[in-house]
Amino acid sequence: MAETLDAEKVRKVAVLARLKLSEAEIGDYATKLGNILKYVDTLNEVNTEGVVPMVHAVELSNVFRADEVQPSLPRAAALQNAPKTDGTFFLVPQILEDK
Amino acid sequence: MDYTTIIGLEVHVQLQTNTKIFCGCSTKFNPDNPNVQTCPVCLGLPGSLPVMNRHAFDLAVKTATAINCQIARFTKWDRKQYYYPDLPKGYQISQYDLPFSHDGWLEIVINKETGEKKKIGIIRAHLEEDAGKNTHDETGRGHDSQVDLNRAGTPLLEIVSHPDLRSAQEAKEYLEELKLLLTYLEVSDCNMQEGSLRCDANVNVHIHRDGQKIATPLVEIKNLNSFRNVELAIEFEADRQYRQWQQDGMTFGAVLKETRGYDAVRNITVAQRTKENASDYRYFPDPDLVPVTIEEAYLQNVIDSMVEFPAARRTRFIQQYQLSNYDAAVIIDQGVVFANFVEHVAKICGDGKQACNWVTQDVLREMNDRKLTIEGFPIQPPVLGEILKRVNDKKITIKSGREIFLNLLNSEDLSTISVARIDQIIQEQGLSIVADSGQLEAVIVGVLAKNAKAVADFKGGKQSAVGSLIGQAMKEMKGADPATVRELLLKKLAE
Amino acid sequence: MSIIGATTGELLSRLERGELTSVELTTAYLDRIAQQDDRVSAFLTVNTAEALQQAADVDRRRQAKQPVGLLAGIPVAIKDVLCTKGLKTTCASRMLANFIPPYDAHVITQLRNADAVLIGKTNMDEFAMGSTTETSAFKITRNPWDLDRTPGGSSGGSAAAVAAGMSPLALGTDTGGSIRQPAGFCSVVGMKPTYGRVSRFGMVAYGSSLDQIGPFANDVNGAALLAQVIAGHDGRDSTSVNAPVPAYSQTVNQPLAGLRVGIAKEHFVEGLNPEVEQTLRTALQVYKSLGAEIKEVSLPHTSYGVAVYYLIAPSEASSNLARYDGVHYGHRAEQFSNMIDMYATSRGEGFGSEVKRRIMLGTYALSAGYYDAYYLKALKVRRLIRQDYDKAFEQIDVLASPASPNPPSKVGEYSANPLAMYLEDIYTIGANLAGLPGISVPAGFTEAGLPVGLQLLAAPFEEEKLLRAARMYELATKWQGQRAAL
Ligand SMILES: [Zn+2]
Repeated sequence: MAETLDAEKVRKVAVLARLKLSEAEIGDYATKLGNILKYVDTLNEVNTEGVVPMVHAVELSNVFRADEVQPSLPRAAALQNAPKTDGTFFLVPQILEDK
Repeated sequence: MDYTTIIGLEVHVQLQTNTKIFCGCSTKFNPDNPNVQTCPVCLGLPGSLPVMNRHAFDLAVKTATAINCQIARFTKWDRKQYYYPDLPKGYQISQYDLPFSHDGWLEIVINKETGEKKKIGIIRAHLEEDAGKNTHDETGRGHDSQVDLNRAGTPLLEIVSHPDLRSAQEAKEYLEELKLLLTYLEVSDCNMQEGSLRCDANVNVHIHRDGQKIATPLVEIKNLNSFRNVELAIEFEADRQYRQWQQDGMTFGAVLKETRGYDAVRNITVAQRTKENASDYRYFPDPDLVPVTIEEAYLQNVIDSMVEFPAARRTRFIQQYQLSNYDAAVIIDQGVVFANFVEHVAKICGDGKQACNWVTQDVLREMNDRKLTIEGFPIQPPVLGEILKRVNDKKITIKSGREIFLNLLNSEDLSTISVARIDQIIQEQGLSIVADSGQLEAVIVGVLAKNAKAVADFKGGKQSAVGSLIGQAMKEMKGADPATVRELLLKKLAE
Repeated sequence: MSIIGATTGELLSRLERGELTSVELTTAYLDRIAQQDDRVSAFLTVNTAEALQQAADVDRRRQAKQPVGLLAGIPVAIKDVLCTKGLKTTCASRMLANFIPPYDAHVITQLRNADAVLIGKTNMDEFAMGSTTETSAFKITRNPWDLDRTPGGSSGGSAAAVAAGMSPLALGTDTGGSIRQPAGFCSVVGMKPTYGRVSRFGMVAYGSSLDQIGPFANDVNGAALLAQVIAGHDGRDSTSVNAPVPAYSQTVNQPLAGLRVGIAKEHFVEGLNPEVEQTLRTALQVYKSLGAEIKEVSLPHTSYGVAVYYLIAPSEASSNLARYDGVHYGHRAEQFSNMIDMYATSRGEGFGSEVKRRIMLGTYALSAGYYDAYYLKALKVRRLIRQDYDKAFEQIDVLASPASPNPPSKVGEYSANPLAMYLEDIYTIGANLAGLPGISVPAGFTEAGLPVGLQLLAAPFEEEKLLRAARMYELATKWQGQRAAL
């Protein structure tokens, strides 16, 4: 599909990606990402009928671990890198509850 | 008002594993100690990787098999991407297009008296990870929300039903039967207060008007945290949709599915703000996890190790112990421990019907009065069975059995409750049924001698006079069987 | 005999013979860093105190004749994408500028068990996204052979550290060539093992199905030794392969008889620098002179590799980097209007433009309506690429190519044209898509004195063959002995 990217589309994707972009960045991405998308369209030349998608570089299956408790981190270590805590919880600005 | 309520349920069940689905942290319910059951994996720290808990997978397959699902021979894990503070990785590991199970059913009893049943279709059951827990500032002062990740990564089984349920009552029955099954299977404790069983309901109504069927727009009611609330929320919502339709005439498909929450205090459902672009979860296969292929031998092993399901047990109880649909349901619906209790008592005393009656009446009554659980009931089957055995063997009367039962239950020291203690009480209180008719005959002769008037009345045609004579004889011979006393007394009077 | 510039093997034997202590050796490297790194900017964190303590500990145990590990007392520089417990791990991003992991990556545990000295954390492209080490939020690493040029990337700091004699060994990561390309640009040895050979646990993810950790060294033997230490099964990585690890360092010096070296006709394309091409042709002559057979093979889907890579890697990255939201760790904006705005602002501020570009690309490729056309299509072509390699390796033992079509770029050369930079990955990307092991060894210099690397690829889990073939070449040429004059 020959996709072009306009500023509107870039804005939509930025919302999905949770990225606040400046107007300059939006314009820049529209051009540069547009070029990249045009380039990746070359894949349409390849006949992939019946080809199984390859998700993993080495295809393993059935990898499990035993249900055995391992030590957890102390709370202080769990919270040590958090931008804001009260020593017990991670703190975030009040969540606008979906109400 | 003529409409049918159409309901499909999405149930999330926490599986009873020791550890989380992708790491070795404990799954213990621990709300009082936030953020102590975490590690790099369930904190979603940079560089951490998930590894599937085998037991979680086994429990999930066991459950899906029990709800008659097809088990996929190939299944994989996908990332469902959305942002929320209780979701540390910014995505939930779940299953999208290839869930490990699909197309099953669960049979529910829609009439306890007649035992009438209905099959509720199951679209799919899949395995995923639970999120953490957010606590919001309720003061309205806009303080920060708190995030606890103890729960993040607990294995969750999501079971999605077809919209086959036709009333709030049926929805509740479905949930109760599902909960019963899950606890029988020991795959979940289904504790709704602790959130180990959670339910969302998809509801709309079909309005019957002039021979036509008009469907209202679909609504999803989120986070129903008790069976009672499920019932109330659906009842409210169905009525609300009908009234809404009367106002705006909006029908199914005219608007997107709406999400509403149930407000238990006001008993209403409230529209929730739809998440921005929430519909684009950008699912894709998780490259950090590998697929699972399921062999026939594995499935056979799951089937072979399966316990008897509640539905099958109900049917068996009805046949084996000659119970009514209702009585069988009462026992089975109390849960697997209760049903095992009944069967254990039955085995010792040798009379299933007797055991059922006794446990459903006396034991259940005392459990309720004394606020006891069956596990914590002081008289366990080995002792109760022996009481009933003595009744059954006509060593004591039913009445004496009840006396002994209460006597034991009221023991000051519960540890003294034992089979030996039963016999001690029988002895102390002379509760043995006197099989020696010579001794009984002597007592009766004595009673007749002392009550010449009553004897004369009887002989004069006053049948009721015999009652006081039996009563007096019983008083003197505590363990005597009333029927035997009556028989002997009548015989003597006839002489 | 100088410490700086010596090979790992030389250093180890001097340590074992007691001619040198690890403290002396570590001090020499720390001094070298202090003298040279303000020009090269290879390091983000120099782990001076802990390194000296580790060195002293190894010396004590060696003197007491206690058993010591394979890398006892040898400094190893660590790309700052690998988690080191208690030591800042930034991924060269403002987002993680203050992140201190509470745990060690599996490879770090392996290094500690081998008694290596962790000398410091090296610069890189932000979150390993880039081919020049210019996207680092903190500094631009310079190529020790020409300070106006980049060392390549994304593991440019590790490659430059070894090339500048600031560490005999280093760890890098390779998602699309991020070890092999900078190794070539800096005239050092760099190897990407087979996907699954080395545990990714504790490696901050970029493209999870492509990422692999590997060694840098100033000779093939050093790379073999470091590879041997870090390879092996780890139950904490579901994609880690449970297969025995050969003792690479024991066999690396054995030449391969009847070696079949392949070249792909699709590799000789427009855009291949003539000097680079000539270097490859010369290298093939070297192999021929060593008795190897040169065979031409075909990799028909080569030209699609870059497109496939720049869909798969950004798609995975857009998801892998979703966790940086300013809630549990990492940068949180100071100014925001609500929680959703806090996410977007924190991420907008915390990520650099190349990272944002790839997140945007990946988000787009996975979004509703585009998934099948982009991401899924790329996964299918990926399999065709893998099948090309499978067929080729039926006829050959190793596949030779340049590591990159051009010599190292000037700093700033690609800033206006990311696509041109992406196209430079053409020779390295295939190994990541197919999961193959690959190595880059020094193969000479252009007339302007810029390093050129020879890349060899092998079939999955054939690292031993790859290292032996590379060592044959290294011994037959003079490039290994050359050191950048700083
Ligand atoms: Zn954990």
